[in-house]
Order: sequence, then structure tokens, then C-alpha cells
Amino acid sequence: MTNTNTNANAATLLRGQNITRRWGGLVALDGVSIELQRGSVHAVIGTNGAGKSTLINILSGEIPPSSGSVELLGQDVTAWQQPRRARAGLGRSYQRNTIYPTFSVFENCRLAAQATAQKPWQFWQSAQSCDVSCGIAEQVVARSGLTDLRNLAAGLLSHGQKRQLEIAMCLATKPQVLLLDEPLAGMGAEETERMLAMLAELKAEHAILLVEHDMDAVFRIADRVTVMVNGAVIASDAPAAIRSNPQVQTAYLGDH
Amino acid sequence: MNHSRTLFVALCFALLALFPLVSGSYGIDFVSKIMVYAILALSLELLVGTTGLICFGQAAFFGIGAYAAVLLSSDSNPSSIAWLLPACVLAASAYALVVGALSLRTKGVYFIMVTLAFAQMAYYVVHDTPLGGGTDGIYLTLKPVLGSLIDLDKALTLYGFILACLLLVFVGLAVLNRSRFGRALAGIRVNEQRMRATGFSTYPYKLAAFTVSGGIAGLAGFLFAVKDGYVNPEMMSWHLSGAVLIMIILGGLGHLRGALVGAFAFALLQELFKSEAVFGAFAKHWHLGLGLAIIASVVVLPRGLVGLPGQIRARLLGGKNAGEVTL
Repeated sequence: MTNTNTNANAATLLRGQNITRRWGGLVALDGVSIELQRGSVHAVIGTNGAGKSTLINILSGEIPPSSGSVELLGQDVTAWQQPRRARAGLGRSYQRNTIYPTFSVFENCRLAAQATAQKPWQFWQSAQSCDVSCGIAEQVVARSGLTDLRNLAAGLLSHGQKRQLEIAMCLATKPQVLLLDEPLAGMGAEETERMLAMLAELKAEHAILLVEHDMDAVFRIADRVTVMVNGAVIASDAPAAIRSNPQVQTAYLGDH
Repeated sequence: MNHSRTLFVALCFALLALFPLVSGSYGIDFVSKIMVYAILALSLELLVGTTGLICFGQAAFFGIGAYAAVLLSSDSNPSSIAWLLPACVLAASAYALVVGALSLRTKGVYFIMVTLAFAQMAYYVVHDTPLGGGTDGIYLTLKPVLGSLIDLDKALTLYGFILACLLLVFVGLAVLNRSRFGRALAGIRVNEQRMRATGFSTYPYKLAAFTVSGGIAGLAGFLFAVKDGYVNPEMMSWHLSGAVLIMIILGGLGHLRGALVGAFAFALLQELFKSEAVFGAFAKHWHLGLGLAIIASVVVLPRGLVGLPGQIRARLLGGKNAGEVTL
């Protein structure tokens, strides 16, 4: 919401510079820089423990970096708390499903959309009659193909459907930047196809960071791939160049 | 389903309204007391059942409301409800605001302990300083009035006044629960991390809930002080904080009517085990009987008394209603 217009045409929506995170003596992230552009999917790959999730957590504001800076839509947001960054247009999904299992599918999306129109002081007005959040929720439920299941308790969805709901909730906040932590984890072939089609569609209006283990999917959809090993970036390039990068092959791809 | 719930609550309030017609003065006083506890239970339900904050210091806000009622009243003229009641509510919510601002920085079991610590602090202030009259407590010489309309010295008027307060709190919280504020609190209970990632600054939400809850507990305290005409430090003791928690667990967490039902069930169980007619000499050890009954009911009724109809239905139909959406 803040400053969306001033930098609407600037290509780089999110920029992390020299991000370092130490846990005591352990360096989880070591001077990582990354840029996300509108209209492109930037995949981050790396073995378990390479620091991918830590990077997402720092970019989204869930944990502060030990040093380095994060810039969102041209503004330095390093000191901003996570909720403020989210309201400014940063959406994220989690590696594990973090939905509201006892709420209906629709209410999951509506509550997420409510973040854009919170007005908690209007305590006499029913949330169900909030046009803004209900309208957005209808849209994202339809967009993620969950219309038939809208009244079901979200906890009863299949794993793949829960992943779809995660994305739907993420979209409900009208973000410009999407940080997706393994959206394809545990999905079947058909569900993967549907998700990839959705990401390809979302790419046009969003800058997307994709952390993913499914290499086929990554090389199909990514416009840029960053490879991380032990908290550091060893390569960042177009997918074709990454595939033929000898350093990457020995460090990561060669293990397959 | 929703209609039957509304009907049940309406029936409860109708019965409470008609009760004085068939009851003597002891019954009226007894039910008045339970209704005050029901208001206190509702205040805690907002924290525990709606927001997922387990507060173990609700008695402090109750006690502050009660002590404020006595300390602010004059001995020569009956005070007006119009300012005394809001003053008591404000005093309790002011303390809740301070306690909440500090304790909400902690989570889980630490939060429980910090709220308990703050309640104990308030307890010792009235227990050990001249301000609160020590263990003897203080008497409220003149009960508050509202012009010539309402005189809370009359038991029946007081009964009606407490019932009206209970109804107001119940309806108020029901409206609040379905509002955007209430939905955000429910979201915080279910998944606070997600709420923050979505763009909700959860701390102010929780603090607002804590302050409102403290204010409602203060209202209950005011009513209790007026009803008994007497306050003592025991009103702030952790025993009461625990008892209120048990009330809402017994009734069924996550439902306003659970707090209502729980307050009545708890008081009736207490009377039952205290009754020498039923238990003879064992009535002296009523704490033991009450404790065992509560343990048994929590084991048998995991979703509380309000979950009983659903449990029976599931048993009869053989199916599980695991897919029920809780809104």
C-alpha cells in the first residue's frame, strides 16, 4: 500500500544486500545478496541447511539479519516488523502448511484479506459483511480452484489442496512480492502442473522468489536461479548457465 | 445448529429473568452471585477461548473493580452508579493495560506465570497495606444508586441489574466475536505466526483484548462488592483465578455459552459437595469431592458441557463430526 505507485514501474521490487545471519558461532547466511524483479521467477536452490528458509525469514521480516539490508519497493525496510512489510506488499507462504485448520476455506482467505482492511474498532459490524475482505476472498478462492470446497474446514483438505490454499491466502493480501517456500513439496504430478501453471500466470504482476527442491519444476519455470551452499551464494544466473556451471555441478546438481 | 444455540441462550436468560418469581431471598442471592461469576467467566473466555491467551490472574482485575467500588464510595451519601461503575471498570482495565503491555511480551507458560505474578502483586498490595484494610477487608456502607430509579440495596433490583449486565456483556462479546476484531483474535489463537505474515500486528490486538477483558472482570468485581457490601483480599487470590479457568473449561472453551453454563455448573457442584444433607460428614472435605468431579467431567467431556449434545449425537449416529467448521 505504501509507495506502490512511486516504484510501480521499477523492475526491482525486493532487494536484499549483503545479508548475514549468525546463530552464535554458526553462520547461517553469509553476505547473501538477491534481487527480485516483477515479471520473473527467481528460484533459490541448495541442499538442506544451505540457508534458503533463513533467507526467506529475513526477507519477510520474521527474523532480523545480523547485518545487511532489505529494500522493498525502493524503501529500506530492514527495521520494519513483519506485519508492516506484509501490509506494504510482501506475501509469503510457508514450507509447512500454516493455515487455520478449523476455519472454512473461505474464512481462511477472508481473514487473510482482512489484513488489507483491518478496522478493528468497528466491532459492531460483522466480519462476514465486510465487502472488501469477502470480495477479495471470493476472487482468490476462485483463482486457486477451491470454489467447490469453500465451506469445508481447511484442515480436511488434501495436502495438495492445502498448498493451493496457502497460495490463495498469500494472494489475498494483494502482495507485489511473493516469497514461496517449497510450494510443490509433497504434491502429486497433476497438482504440480496446476501449481506451475498458476505461478506462470502470477509472474506477470508479481516478483516471485521460489525455494524449491523439485529441480525439473525449477528449471521449467525459473527465469533466474541462485544456488546456495552453506549459507553463501555460489552462483546466480539464467537456468541454462546454472545447469552448465561446473562449480554448481560438483556442489549440488552432481549429487543427483 | 446456530438457531438452536441462540434458542438455548435465550431460554437461559428467560429462566434467569423468571427465577425471582419462584425463589426466596436465599435463592436470589445465590443466583446473583453465580451471575457475577458468569460475567467474570465471560471476561476470561475472551482471552482464553477466543484469543488463546491463558491468563492466570483474572482475579486481580475482579478484585480491583471490587476494591474501587468500596474505596471510591463515600460513607455519607450513596454514590451514583453512573460514575462509580465506569470508574471501577476503568480502574480494572487500566491495570489490565499495564499488565498486558508487559506480560504479552512473553508466550505460553511464561505468560501464565507472569499474569499470576501480577495478580499476586495486587493481592499483596491490598493484603499488606493500609489501603485495602488488610485481611479483614472493608465494608461498603452505602450501596450505589441511580437517582431514584435504581437502588442496589434492594436484593431484587440488584438481581435485575446483574442480569442486565450479564446480558449486555454476553451480547456485546457475541457481537465482538463476529466482527473483524473478533475474527482477528480467533486467527491469533489458531495461528499467530500466519497472522503476522499476513500483515496483522498481533500485539496491539492482544493488548486490546486483554484490556477489554480486564474491564469486564472489573465490572464483575463492582457487582460483587455491591452485592456482598464487603471486600477482602481473597477476591484477588489465585484460587479465584483458577476457579474461573475451571469454570470455562468445564463449560466448554471457545463458546460464550460455555462460560455461562460453566459458572452455573461450578457453583452448583460446589453447593452439592458442601451439602451435609447429601454427603454427611464428608461435606467438610468438599474440595476433594469437587476436584474429583471436575477431573471426571473433563475426562468424560473433553469439549465441556456445551459439547455434550454433539457428543451424544455422534454416539447415536455413530459418525464423527470432525468436519464441523468453527467460525
